[in-house]
Amino acid sequence: MAAHAHTVKRYRGLMDWLTTVDHKKIGILYLIAGGLFFLVGGLEAVLIRIQLIKPMNDFVGADTFNQLITMHGTTMIFLAAMPMLFALMNAVIPLQIGARDVAFPFLNSLGFWTFFAGGVLLNISWFAGDIPDAGWTSYVPLAGPMYAGGHGVDYYLMGLQIAGIGTLLGGINFMATIINMRAPGMSFMRMPMFTWTIFITSALIVFAFPVLTVGLVALTFDRLFQANFFETGNGGNAVLWEHIFWVFGHPEVYILILPAFGVISEVVSTFSRKRLFGYSSMVFATVLIAFLGFMVWAHHMFTTGLGPVANGLFSIATMLIAVPTGVKIFNWLFTLWGGSISFTSASLFAIGFIPTFVMGGVTGVMLAVAPADFQYHDTYFVVAHFHYVIVGGLIFGIFSGLHYWWPKMFGRVLNEKLGKATFWTFFIGFHMTFFIQHFLGLIGMPRRVWTYLPGQGFDTMNAVSTVGAFLMGIGTIIFVVNVIVSAANKKPVADDPWEDGRSLEWSIPSPPPEYNFKQLPLVRSYDAWWNEKQKGNTEMPPAEPVGPIHMPSPSILPLIMSIGLFAAALGFMYDHLIIAIAGLVVTFGSMFCRSVFDDHGFHIEPEEQEKGVHA
Amino acid sequence: MSAHDHHLDGHLPHEPEKATLEGRNKILGFWLFLGAETVLFGTLFAAFIALRHQTLDGPTPDHLFELPMVFAATMILLVSSLASVFAVQALHQHKVKAMIVWLIITILLGLSFLGLEIYEFNTYVSEGHKLTTSAFSSSFYTLVGFHGAHVAFGVLWIGLLIAQIFKKGLTVVTAPKIYVSAIYWHFIDVVWVFIFTVVYLMGKVG
Repeated sequence: MAAHAHTVKRYRGLMDWLTTVDHKKIGILYLIAGGLFFLVGGLEAVLIRIQLIKPMNDFVGADTFNQLITMHGTTMIFLAAMPMLFALMNAVIPLQIGARDVAFPFLNSLGFWTFFAGGVLLNISWFAGDIPDAGWTSYVPLAGPMYAGGHGVDYYLMGLQIAGIGTLLGGINFMATIINMRAPGMSFMRMPMFTWTIFITSALIVFAFPVLTVGLVALTFDRLFQANFFETGNGGNAVLWEHIFWVFGHPEVYILILPAFGVISEVVSTFSRKRLFGYSSMVFATVLIAFLGFMVWAHHMFTTGLGPVANGLFSIATMLIAVPTGVKIFNWLFTLWGGSISFTSASLFAIGFIPTFVMGGVTGVMLAVAPADFQYHDTYFVVAHFHYVIVGGLIFGIFSGLHYWWPKMFGRVLNEKLGKATFWTFFIGFHMTFFIQHFLGLIGMPRRVWTYLPGQGFDTMNAVSTVGAFLMGIGTIIFVVNVIVSAANKKPVADDPWEDGRSLEWSIPSPPPEYNFKQLPLVRSYDAWWNEKQKGNTEMPPAEPVGPIHMPSPSILPLIMSIGLFAAALGFMYDHLIIAIAGLVVTFGSMFCRSVFDDHGFHIEPEEQEKGVHA
Repeated sequence: MSAHDHHLDGHLPHEPEKATLEGRNKILGFWLFLGAETVLFGTLFAAFIALRHQTLDGPTPDHLFELPMVFAATMILLVSSLASVFAVQALHQHKVKAMIVWLIITILLGLSFLGLEIYEFNTYVSEGHKLTTSAFSSSFYTLVGFHGAHVAFGVLWIGLLIAQIFKKGLTVVTAPKIYVSAIYWHFIDVVWVFIFTVVYLMGKVG
C-alpha cells in the first residue's frame, strides 16, 4: 500500500530520547528531570534547615537565605512536583483509557522540552550570580525594579513563562486525549479514578495558567520596559499582583493535589482488593473541589485589607471545600474497611497519606477563619500547613504512585525492603520536621526570616525540625538507591505484577510495546481488567482485528523550539536584542517547518508486532 | 488513525476537517486552547479595568480616542470574520478557489485593521501616551497590543495556509488547519468587540 511506503528515520540511543514523541518515554524524561529538580529543591531545603538549627546561626547570610527560600518554593512547585505528576500522567493515562498515545504526541514532546528549558533557565541563575530572592510569590513592590534590581527576578519571570507554556500544552493535550481517545466502551463513568483526577487537573491547568502568564508578562514589562502595572508612584496597583498571582495560585494547589487523590484512590482500591467505595461521589467531589478552587483565592490575602465582607465570603467558600474533601477521605476509609489489605510500599504511602492529609486539611480550615488568620499569617503555622498538604499529600501520593507503577514504567519491581525503609524514614522525618512547626508558628516565629534570637522558646523545636529534614533527605536517598538496585536486577516482570491490578494498564506487558495495545480493548465495565479476570479471562476482549498500527514520527523540532525560547529569554534579559530576535526566529521557524512538512508517520505491521517492538 | 483514512483523498467527505481522528483532535484541542486564551484576555481586561482611571499627567481616554476611526477598524474586523465564515462554507462545498479568495479577503481586511492600529498607536505616542506614561497607558498597550499581536499572527498563519492549499490542495490534512484558523479568527474578533466596548466606549463615557 502506498500509504505504508513512507520510511521514517528511527533513532537510537541519545537521539532517540531527544526526538521521542512516545508518551511512555516522555513520562520517563519528566520523571528524570523532575526528580533532579526535586533533589536540587531538597538540597535547598536542607540548607535552609541547617541555617535555622540554632539561634543567630551564620551558616548562610540573610541574602542567601532569601534566595534559598525563593528557589526552594519555586523549584519544588513548578519544576519538581508538577513534572513528576506529568511523569505519572504520561506513563499511565493513555494505558488506562486504552489508547495508543496521547492526542498530540508532538505537543507532548514540546511540553516537556519547554518545561525543561524553563527549569534550566531558572536554575542557571545560581551560576549567573543573580538569583531570584523575592519569595516564590514574587510580591511587588519587593519584586519590582525598585527593590529587586539586577536580573534575579527576571530569571524567575522568564523561567516560569517558558515552563508555563509546557504546562499549558500538557493540560490541553490530556483533556483532548481523555475526551477523544478512550477505548470503545470506556464511558466517562467507567474511567479509572486517576484518569478522572487528571482530566479535572488538566481543566484547572487550562483555566488557571493563562492568569499566571499575564501576571508574569505584566511584571516583566514593569521590570524590562518601565511599564507601570505595579508601580504605585505612577498609578499602578500592588494589590493587583496579589490578586493575579492567587487567582492562578489557588487553583494551582488543586492542580497539585487532585492527581495525588487519584493515585491514592487507585492504590487503596488495588491493595484492599476492593472496588473503590463511592466511585461516583468521588468523581463529583473531584469536580466540586476544582470548581470551588477558583473562588477562594483571596483567603491568601485576608491581611491585605479587603474588608470584612470579602474576608467573610472567602472564608466561608474556603471552609466549603472541606466537605467534598471529607467525602474523599471517608471513601478511602470505607474502601479499606473490610478489604484484604496488603501493606506494600505503595500502599504504605497511600495509607500514610490519609491521616497526614487530614491534618493538613484541619489546619486549612483553621486558616480559613479570617480573624484567626491574622494571628497565623506569615508564621511557621502556615509553613507547616502547606507542607502537610503538599509534602504529606502530593509527595506521598507521588511516592505511592511511583512504587505502584514503577514495574509498568520500567519493567522492574522496586525492592520492597528498601521501599518500606523509604516510607518509614520519610514519613517519620516529615512529621518531625513539620508537626513541630505548627507550634513554632503559634508562639510567634515568623516565616521567611533568616535567623532568630535565643531565649524565645524557638531553639529546641527548630533543632528537632532540622533533624527531621535530614531524615527526609535520607529517605529520598534510600529511594534513589532503590532505583539503582532495581535497575541492576534483570528479572522480567509480569504484566500484572501486583496480581490485583484493576485497570487496563495491567492487561498489557511491562513495559508496554511502543504501540501499547496490539488491538484496542473493549471495555465492558468499571474496573475493566479486574472484572475480566473475575470472569476467568486472561486478556481483554479486542475491539478491532489485528492490523498495521500507525505511529507518529519522532522529531527534533520540540527541542530546537525550546532552545530558541531559552535564548530569546536570555537575550531580552540582558538587552541583547539580536540574540532575542534570533531565538524567536528559531522557534517560529520550527513552527513554520512543522506546519509545512506533513508528518505521515509510519506503520508497524502485524508481523513486526509478533516480534515484539519494545519501547 | 488507521491506514484507510488515507484513501479518503480523491473523494472528500462533506466535512473533511472532521474526517480523521487527527482532525477531530485538532479541533477539540484548539477549542480548549481558546478556552485558555479567554482566560488570558479576561485577566488582561481585569488589569485594564483596575488601572484605567490612573492616567496621571498623561492624556485621558476621553481626549485620546477617536471613535470614528476605531469604529471603522471594528467594522473591518467584523467583515473579515464574515469572510472567513464564507471560506469555511466554501471548504464544506469543496470549492477550493472560492475558499482561497475568501481567505485572501480575510487577511487583506486583517492587514488593514493592523494598519489602522499602527497609525492609531503612532498618533497616541506623538500625543504623549506611551507605555511608560501611566498605569492606564501600560495596561492599554498591553491589552490592545496583545490583541494586535494575535491579529498579526493570524494574518501570517492564514497566509501560510493559503500557500499550503496551493501546494497540497484541500485534503483531510489541510482542511482541519483551515477550520481551526477560522475559529481562531472569530475568537480574535470577539475579543475586539469587548475591547471596543470596554476600552473605547467606556473610555469615552468615563
